[in-house]
Amino acid sequence: MIERLHQILIKEFIHLFRDPRARFALIIPPLLQMLIFGYAATYEVNHLSTAVIDLDHSQESREFLERFTSSNRFQVREVLTDQSQIADLIDHRRVALVLQIHPGFAALLRKGQTAPVQALLDGTDSNTALIAIGYINQVATKYSEEYQLERAGRLLPAAVHFAPRIRLEERPLYNANLESRWFFVPGVIGTLLLLSVITLTAFAVVREREIGTLEQLMVTPITPAEVIIGKTVPFLIVGLGNLILVAVAGTLWFQIPFRGSPLVLLLGTILFLSSALGVGLLISTLCTTQQQAFSLGFFYVTPAIMLSGFGYPVQSMPEALRLVTYLDPLRFFLVVLRSTFLKGVGLEVLWPQMVAMALLGIGTLTLATLRFHKTLD
Amino acid sequence: MNFGRTLAVARKEVLQVVRDSRSLLIVLVMPLMLMTLLGYGVNLDTKHLRVYALDREGSPASQNLLKRFQSSEYFTLVAMVNDYRALDAALDDGRCQLAIVIPHDFSARLHDGRPVTVQALVDGSDSNTAQLAIGYAQGVLAGYGAGVQAAFFRSSHAPTVNPSVSIETRTWFNEDLESKNFIVPGVAAVVMAVIGTLLTSLTIAREWERGTMEQLISTPLTAFEIIIGKLIPYFMLGMFDTAICVAVAVWWFDVPFRGSLITLAVGSGLYMTVILGLGFWISVFTRDQLAASQIGLVAAFLPSMLLSGFTFPIDQMAVGIRPVTYIVAARYYIIILKTVFLRGNGLRILAVPALALSLYAVLIVMLAKRSFHKTLA
Repeated sequence: MIERLHQILIKEFIHLFRDPRARFALIIPPLLQMLIFGYAATYEVNHLSTAVIDLDHSQESREFLERFTSSNRFQVREVLTDQSQIADLIDHRRVALVLQIHPGFAALLRKGQTAPVQALLDGTDSNTALIAIGYINQVATKYSEEYQLERAGRLLPAAVHFAPRIRLEERPLYNANLESRWFFVPGVIGTLLLLSVITLTAFAVVREREIGTLEQLMVTPITPAEVIIGKTVPFLIVGLGNLILVAVAGTLWFQIPFRGSPLVLLLGTILFLSSALGVGLLISTLCTTQQQAFSLGFFYVTPAIMLSGFGYPVQSMPEALRLVTYLDPLRFFLVVLRSTFLKGVGLEVLWPQMVAMALLGIGTLTLATLRFHKTLD
Repeated sequence: MNFGRTLAVARKEVLQVVRDSRSLLIVLVMPLMLMTLLGYGVNLDTKHLRVYALDREGSPASQNLLKRFQSSEYFTLVAMVNDYRALDAALDDGRCQLAIVIPHDFSARLHDGRPVTVQALVDGSDSNTAQLAIGYAQGVLAGYGAGVQAAFFRSSHAPTVNPSVSIETRTWFNEDLESKNFIVPGVAAVVMAVIGTLLTSLTIAREWERGTMEQLISTPLTAFEIIIGKLIPYFMLGMFDTAICVAVAVWWFDVPFRGSLITLAVGSGLYMTVILGLGFWISVFTRDQLAASQIGLVAAFLPSMLLSGFTFPIDQMAVGIRPVTYIVAARYYIIILKTVFLRGNGLRILAVPALALSLYAVLIVMLAKRSFHKTLA
């Protein structure tokens, strides 16, 4: 049996790598994905295009707006003189934010009353808008505080020495600059592996079924178990190869740290891939053409990625969806990936994820094998 | 170009598509699935973040601060600890997302007017949640600081002080800043990219693999007739899917629709042409379903999801990658979608993307035709 297995694996590998286009397709797309995510993926908001209109023309209003001009987060592109110009700007998408100060701003402040400032936002990109509102509020709060202190200083110079001053010191662990890239690139490895291993495995079986060579295989002394192993092991190895490729490229190109143990990552990857292989095999039993296999594979992978915590936090999903994520091996693998790259923790922390992936892997492989037997008979 | 012959090709293609019920089902269900996931699963505004606190002082003042965290909707105070290492451990294994450290001389410093620093530790491996946590924490602290400051000034008999500057926000186009309003309209672009490029390229690559394409070529059909004839059913399928997307967006998700259906139809038609042309082109030079799927993913699906402005705003991407987004057709289509849904008919805004898509469509059909010719010879 070992001898036959040996032969099958050799055949599969030859199949896989004979075609230069296939070789290309196994190496370039993963790297491209890594690059795209590394450079495009970001939830930060910087250089938000802003327009300001100051109808008060006071020292206070100028100082207030100065805080936006000098901030990295905002890029003041236009200084307007007339309210009628606002609609045009937003309509033409030239700015995402318009800050408007009405006459009487300084007068209100000097009387110790609250002075309003209007912020008009383009809501078409609501995420950016929400984050921008947060920043604007921060600037306003800081300005208020300093204005209060300064004003109190003028009125009660002695007392202001004792005015409370409190501030927050932020200390991000594991990712001091809170780089989005460090969050996404390890995650890309997971999504990449899921998509490629599932499609490759499903394609490998279905292609033979389409061409008719699967039946030929069945006529030989090869047992179904050997066929299954022959169709899954090569992709396990391809998956591991991709892991190493993207991990090394990611650490070298983007300088993402790798603080954990490679062995832990390897274990996690193997457990994760067992689920991916199981799903790929299962899909192959449900399809007769490669096109169907691709569609079905895609149909599984897309929700698997979206519900995994890759781009959107699992925590903020509604309860029903959150329960579904427990069936998603990628969800656990992402924790392992991010933890081994950035946190440097080991099995003592990651064992729940390993167990979960192992269970899911055994489950899918068993289901797939049973169905595979059925479809062969 | 002979219409009769083209329609004959189209008819054959339609029959083939209709007979493949599995693919058809997936193609029709996929937009619904994507919309459900994106409409409900995506929520970037996280609440109830878990907080651990290390209160080194334990005074009424520090307790008050912690109460503020607890009463904020963004935080849930989960545990109080006695040493720093416990905080580290909790962040390590995800038991909390924010850890607050209040210094031992908190009240004393507040009283004396010496600057007080409260530490906020966050898990940087999830940089997005970390940023949000810091932002919210700053908000809570600012509120606390303002309260303490106000009390101080009152007790010093300073004239009443209110927070100086308040920000009044008004949002244009997406008044409630709901994520779904900005995400759901864009789903059509991604769905069409999948159907248009991926499925098309797979179907046609299959014909190359099987040899039926050569049979077609040996008939009197011209290259143009073959291309157009083959793409017609997918064009109709794509438009049908777009209609489903729009209907679900408006009736189920209550996304406002302020523009005209005709504008949307024209824009969708243009986009569809580009996307189909791309699919055909890919199939011509790969002629292999596996390679076509991998390349289609990288050339069509990924860019339409990641580089089009659908997930990540283009202005926030790293500068180097922004030029690349100009060749992503989905970028223009998403502008059209968002404008028609949320803004109404800004014809001036729509002119540029529409023009870009038209040029693109012409270019890509020419390219596909030329590649096709080359391979015939």
